Amino acid sequence: MDFFNTLVLLLDSMVRLSVPLLFAALAGLYSERSGIFDIGLEGKMLAGAFASGAAAAVSGSAWLGLCAAVAISVFLSLVHGFASITHRGNQIVSGVAINFIAAGSTIILGQAWFSQGGRTPLLGADSRFGAVRLPFAEAVRDVPILGPIYSELLSGHSILVYIAFLMVPFTWWVLFRTRFGLRLRAVGENPAAVDTAGISVEWLRYRAVICTGILTGLAGTYLALAQNAGFVKDMSAGRGFIALAALIFAKWKPVPVMFACLLFGFLDATSIRFQGTPLPLIGPVPVQFMQALPYILTVILLAGFIGKAIPPRAGGQPYVKER
Amino acid sequence: MAEAAIELIGINKSFGAVQANRDINLAIPAGTIHGIVGENGAGKSTLMSILYGFYQADSGEIRIGGKPAAIKTPSDAIAAGIGMVHQHFMLVQNFTVIENVILGAEGQPLLKTSIAKARSELERLERDYGLEVNPDAVVEELPVGLQQRVEILKALFRGADILILDEPTGVLTPAEADHLFRILRQLKEEGKTIVLITHKLREIMAVTDNVSVMRQGALVATRKTSETTVEELAELMVGRRVLLRVEKGTAAPGEVLLSVRNLTVKDSRGVTMVDNVSFDVRAGEIVGIAGVAGNGQSELLETISGIRVAVSGTVTLAGQPIDLTSEADPGELRERGLAHVPEDRHHMGLVLAFEENENAILGYHDQSHYLRGPFLDIEAIRDDAREKIGKYDIRPSDCRLKTANFSGGNQQKIVLSREMERDPKVLIVGQPTRGVDVGAIEFIHRRLIDMRDQGKAVLLVSVELDEIRSLADRILVMFAGRIVGERGPDATERECGLLMAGIDNREAAE
Repeated sequence: MDFFNTLVLLLDSMVRLSVPLLFAALAGLYSERSGIFDIGLEGKMLAGAFASGAAAAVSGSAWLGLCAAVAISVFLSLVHGFASITHRGNQIVSGVAINFIAAGSTIILGQAWFSQGGRTPLLGADSRFGAVRLPFAEAVRDVPILGPIYSELLSGHSILVYIAFLMVPFTWWVLFRTRFGLRLRAVGENPAAVDTAGISVEWLRYRAVICTGILTGLAGTYLALAQNAGFVKDMSAGRGFIALAALIFAKWKPVPVMFACLLFGFLDATSIRFQGTPLPLIGPVPVQFMQALPYILTVILLAGFIGKAIPPRAGGQPYVKER
Repeated sequence: MAEAAIELIGINKSFGAVQANRDINLAIPAGTIHGIVGENGAGKSTLMSILYGFYQADSGEIRIGGKPAAIKTPSDAIAAGIGMVHQHFMLVQNFTVIENVILGAEGQPLLKTSIAKARSELERLERDYGLEVNPDAVVEELPVGLQQRVEILKALFRGADILILDEPTGVLTPAEADHLFRILRQLKEEGKTIVLITHKLREIMAVTDNVSVMRQGALVATRKTSETTVEELAELMVGRRVLLRVEKGTAAPGEVLLSVRNLTVKDSRGVTMVDNVSFDVRAGEIVGIAGVAGNGQSELLETISGIRVAVSGTVTLAGQPIDLTSEADPGELRERGLAHVPEDRHHMGLVLAFEENENAILGYHDQSHYLRGPFLDIEAIRDDAREKIGKYDIRPSDCRLKTANFSGGNQQKIVLSREMERDPKVLIVGQPTRGVDVGAIEFIHRRLIDMRDQGKAVLLVSVELDEIRSLADRILVMFAGRIVGERGPDATERECGLLMAGIDNREAAE
């Protein structure tokens, strides 16, 4: 039973840790499916986290924080779009620039506005996204097996967690069941086909990066207003890049993206859980190794275990009418 | 005659200094198949891109069904009832047929109903025109003939009354092409107007009602197909150009330096581009390969110079066999005495962003006299470049200038000086005077004759028939990947022109 409780706690932690990855990876999916590579997920997430932390601290409202995060993140997406769609610039350079801008400006603005060393003020429960108790969560707690699963694993998360997981079927539906999704997939594969079909390649790609901006804004909000109580400098901590890895690992498909993010979340949860605990047969393992484990696994998985990941064929190339 | 489906009035279009379309006036009657022929670069595709809204004409008017049409984007063209089958298919490779067909014409935001509608519409088109294709097949798994059918279905699904096909048979097997023509005739029966762009005269004769000939951006003639002949069209296509005769003595051919036997080359799509070609080039002669562009000359050149891999055949260079059926090393071929002036100097001959002196050693940069230990000997390289600039009269005479800043003729001289001054045994030259001014043409022709007189074996490929006729000691004509005839330097233009149009050896001799 002890093992079972540990497992439920571990999985609970996995769910929480995979949410920012899931938002960011789905964000990347919209952009990259349209042919715009986005290495700036990290920066947009960080800027979103800062904006939500700052806005929630000032206004006292988590929802205003969320709006601010989405606004700033969409703005940065449009900057990336302006550079790479309108001006056909290099998408990697533009993405890296956004990462630098976000990393630097969040600290400077944070210090200038709140004078707490680049962090935003600690938020009270009212200005955060608190836990949502699903109905009967308390009542069924003592039911063996199913009780803890329902009350610990499924219930008690912030609203953003549920939104994140609902985004998975929603994204699948948009991508494969709507006109917008059909065109989005087409423009990432062969923009010339879209152009000759009489559809604007640029407008389509702009809409895709706006979707990306909204989702990275949600990812940032989750970090600052749900997982933590305010913005801390560099709090995205490379999650944007892990999300990118999950996206490639999942071959740009929504449902596999969810499983990839859960896997990375699980590794993260394990490394936190077993820090300092001697493992059976192996004995004590250095903390650093446990912390590095998700990244090591990422490299191994990406290097060999997923087969050939074929990115959208027009990905990374600006569309220029030929002839 | 039926009323005009398409009228083009005074269309002009320039790209920079190049005038791609020059005062085009053309009326295409409704319910006919109209052919537009011309060599590559004659402006056919540009004209059709204007009609489809890819480009806008600098001046001129388009009328569709008698009414002026402002076609600014492909969607305007689609709305006007124009559909286009592009030379390179505009299909999303990993989509199904039905997804490709509805893309851009879905109707409503949700796919379910649009797919259901498209499915019944496709069934109707299949019934009416015999355009069978499995709507759920993934496009990249279909053979090219069927992919083309998807393109046609796309146009018909959008309600096109006018169908433009750009070089539709380039990728098709003869059987597939015949099937396509049957479909086109049937579409005509149903009242569609079809514009067929090609440089293959046989197709024009087989399927069109009327034919227009384009040359160097201008529309030079329109004929009823039943009232013209392949000979007339070939002559109109190639045109009578001013003959630039080069003074030269008679050739004194020596030993065979380059020998090609049964060479077969396929392109990346698996289409045979060079088909069982055999010939010899001797020391002290220029062998010219004539042909309308796109008949395998480029592939032949690229294979012999080691850039492209052959399927089968043997090539012997100065008595020693070279294996071109596996990845060859162009550098090694150079060391064995083969120099190559590629057809496209911008993409293959030069690095335009480099200084002149850097380009002048490209490919030979590892030769000892350019090196000092592991480093380049910059002074030696520049001295060498200055010497060649003098010898080949390259202007401006500045070896530090960026290559992009030289004119076309001078850029070509940079490539020629690099390749010729290496004292090769065999020189293969592609389109030596393409985009080159008249003065430089004369100089380049002179140098090629000099090479011959020095006892080099020269293989010259050019789409300029006059150039071949004035330089070559023997003329080989390529058509559809094969060498269809050999002529002496005194062959008439008509004789060569017929061969270039694929008309049989004996017929042409009559």
